[in-house]
Amino acid sequence: MSDQQPPQPPPGDDDADAGRPEDAGPVAVTEAELAQAEIEAAKERAADTAAVTLDATFSQRLIAALTGTSVTVTILAFVSALVIGAFIIAVSEDAVREALGYFFARPTDAFRTGFDAVGSAYLALLQGSLGGVPQVSETLVSSTPLILTGLAVAVPLRAGLFNIGAEGQFVAGGMVAGLVGFAITGLPMVVHLPLALAAGIAAGAAYGWVPGVLKARTGAHEVISTIMLNNIGLLVSGYLISTTLFRRPDRADPISRSVEESARFPRLIWWEPSLRVNASLLVALALAVAIFWLVERSTRGFELNAVGMNPRAATAAGMSPGRSVILAMTTGGAMAGAAGAAVILGLQYRLTIGFSAGLGFDGITVALLGRGRIGGTVAAGVLIGALKAGGRNMQAQTGTSLELALVIQALIIVFIAAPGLVRAIFRIKAEDLATTQVSKGWGG
Amino acid sequence: MSQTMTAPAGQRRRERRFGIFSLLVLAIMLGVFATSARGEQATFVLNDARGQLFELPNLVVTVVPAVLVLSAVVAVIAYRQFTTGFGSKAVIVVGVVALLFVMAFLTWAAAGGQLSVVGLLRGSLARATPIALGGLAGVVCERAGVINIAIEGQFLAGAFTAAVVSSLASDPWIGLLGGIGAGVLVAFMLAGLTIRFKADQIVVGVVLIVFATGVTSFLNTQVLSGNPELNSPTRFTAIAIPVLSEIPLIGPVLFRQSMLVFGMLFAVGALHYALFKTRWGLRLRSVGEHPKAADTVGINVLATRYKAVLLGGVFAGIGGAWWTLDAVGQFSREMTGGRGFIALAAMLVGRYSPVGAFGAALIFGFSDQIATSLQLLRVPVPSDLLLTAPYLVTILVVAGLMGRLRPPAANGKPYTKE
Repeated sequence: MSDQQPPQPPPGDDDADAGRPEDAGPVAVTEAELAQAEIEAAKERAADTAAVTLDATFSQRLIAALTGTSVTVTILAFVSALVIGAFIIAVSEDAVREALGYFFARPTDAFRTGFDAVGSAYLALLQGSLGGVPQVSETLVSSTPLILTGLAVAVPLRAGLFNIGAEGQFVAGGMVAGLVGFAITGLPMVVHLPLALAAGIAAGAAYGWVPGVLKARTGAHEVISTIMLNNIGLLVSGYLISTTLFRRPDRADPISRSVEESARFPRLIWWEPSLRVNASLLVALALAVAIFWLVERSTRGFELNAVGMNPRAATAAGMSPGRSVILAMTTGGAMAGAAGAAVILGLQYRLTIGFSAGLGFDGITVALLGRGRIGGTVAAGVLIGALKAGGRNMQAQTGTSLELALVIQALIIVFIAAPGLVRAIFRIKAEDLATTQVSKGWGG
Repeated sequence: MSQTMTAPAGQRRRERRFGIFSLLVLAIMLGVFATSARGEQATFVLNDARGQLFELPNLVVTVVPAVLVLSAVVAVIAYRQFTTGFGSKAVIVVGVVALLFVMAFLTWAAAGGQLSVVGLLRGSLARATPIALGGLAGVVCERAGVINIAIEGQFLAGAFTAAVVSSLASDPWIGLLGGIGAGVLVAFMLAGLTIRFKADQIVVGVVLIVFATGVTSFLNTQVLSGNPELNSPTRFTAIAIPVLSEIPLIGPVLFRQSMLVFGMLFAVGALHYALFKTRWGLRLRSVGEHPKAADTVGINVLATRYKAVLLGGVFAGIGGAWWTLDAVGQFSREMTGGRGFIALAAMLVGRYSPVGAFGAALIFGFSDQIATSLQLLRVPVPSDLLLTAPYLVTILVVAGLMGRLRPPAANGKPYTKE
């Protein structure tokens, strides 16, 4: 060993550390240097194969996620959203408003009633999501479609596209899965359930393919075309549910026939009928693993990421941005379609008007909260699922309306989309809080 | 050599595509409208029940010949589209075909019954009001280089606040101020997050929609449902302009409307003039097209963008107030029903011009009104499918099937002064 400081020791290489002379001076190993070392090591590990670059970018991202400030921002965003949510609860509580009426006479009253209201609401929120086995079951039930719609937004996000169309793709998937679920009878479950699920996924994929092709061929901005396709999907599904093809024969109101038993996802805890957690959760997790492989490990996924980071460079390297755009939108649509199928075949068993209930839009929150990463999106899906399940309990217990969950969600994304805002509030000095710049104007 | 012989291949392809559209229209007209009418004659009522200077005769049309005549015109147009083409007037001709189609459709729908033309047009203009105002909000923001897809959120905030303020003050004008305030507040959040903190404009727009939906729904169930006195706003009433409102047909349509409709018409004209004929407009557009150049000549880019977004908030706030102070008179959860997205569509179809957005809003308001009118006539056409028309048209426009859409060059890009 020389008296020079060794270049970064590779992880797990203890000898380099032990053999260093005492007089080498202080060793300032910053996180950034460690990250650099990790990248170098990853590059060296597989220097020749095509997978190298992919590995390197992946580890770069992983390291950025673990050591970078983005996690700080995500946590602070979550906390800030809960704090503002608390203010809204307090202000909307009748008792607090009354106490505010004589605020200057007895200010403590306003604070006490305010704290009571917020405390009991958030306690109910926590209990309703994690307070016991039934609550955890409900959290997982709510998480299942959110994980999938989150992926529906996250995959196009990696290709630099903002898929607002998960709602419409969800509707397409749910409609077709439901149709296959009740129109075909007499099949065994091993055939019927996968068939219905596959039909839902295919419908979602087709509905995602349309804006992808429009973007690739004509340059039509995916945000505009998916907004329009959402509304078309909702209107057409409303029409279809009221036609004889879908409607229950014995009902006049728009409600579809029920999905056959053989096309329903089995409950995971079948001996306890009140627990609704079902096999669609496993499907969601399996699809997440498949998407992880596609985006982080496959050649196509590498192209997709490259197009997302710099379409011009990707084109120069011989890749086809158009193909990646179509792939990303179709895959995203497939995920949203799977979410629709999961809700119809696993939970509701029948189609009603507005069955999507904003789950597609929730996918935007989930994907941004997960910062576009696959694992992060799954985790964010569970978190938002917990917020939803807890929100229902909060509404039942304290009368605080469920819509608060929506407000908190919106606040979370505001803070994540504008890290500068979090920086300003918490006076963080770091300069490297990158903004989430995903879109490039209508011209594309 | 005539000019059409030397027309570029792209132009020829486009004309042929329009020709296929005309043939489709023709097929529906002949296959459906000419064969399945529910009565022999259609009656179009041109008079209004209220007083007017003189009575017009009702327009009575025999359905099948009328549809056949309209079809013949479409057939001639289609032939010309496939052969010589219309050159620079191609897009206008598509509009004419669409108009002929609508006329045939109305004739078929009104067969064996009566259709009030006054009611149809008057309702269309009223329904176009919030869409046009939202479109103006979009135009002024995007001309300055800030994408505003939060129009739906501004509508909801404006509708909610206008309802509460008007209920408290018992005065629609003060309620309108409240609606404007709410629209500007959402606009301020958009401007602050995108201009000051350089957050992604589209993400922030989507977030603000979710936020406004959440807050207004939350406060609606939490506060308004328990206190109905907070949700019974005093509304604007229709104002009849003396003499002019008594002209048959156009009087009741144009001159007997609420203040918000008149205000919208004025705003469209004023903004169009201001954007394209004044120094203010030139500066605003230069900030949206080339902010660096604008900065170089001493225009404050960020301040201009802030002001444009806030002005957009004023328009969208008035648009939102239309629901609670004019049309419905009560706030309900998500009552704007996606009209903010149609406003966005109107801006795009109108190609970033106030008058264009107004024209598109009229078309969308018309399709909205037709869906309602036909339900009254019990025509067997699903209104849900009719309501998809604005969205389909918008996809065709952004896909460039009706000529290339050219947004302001710096639209959506945050500006950093060097």
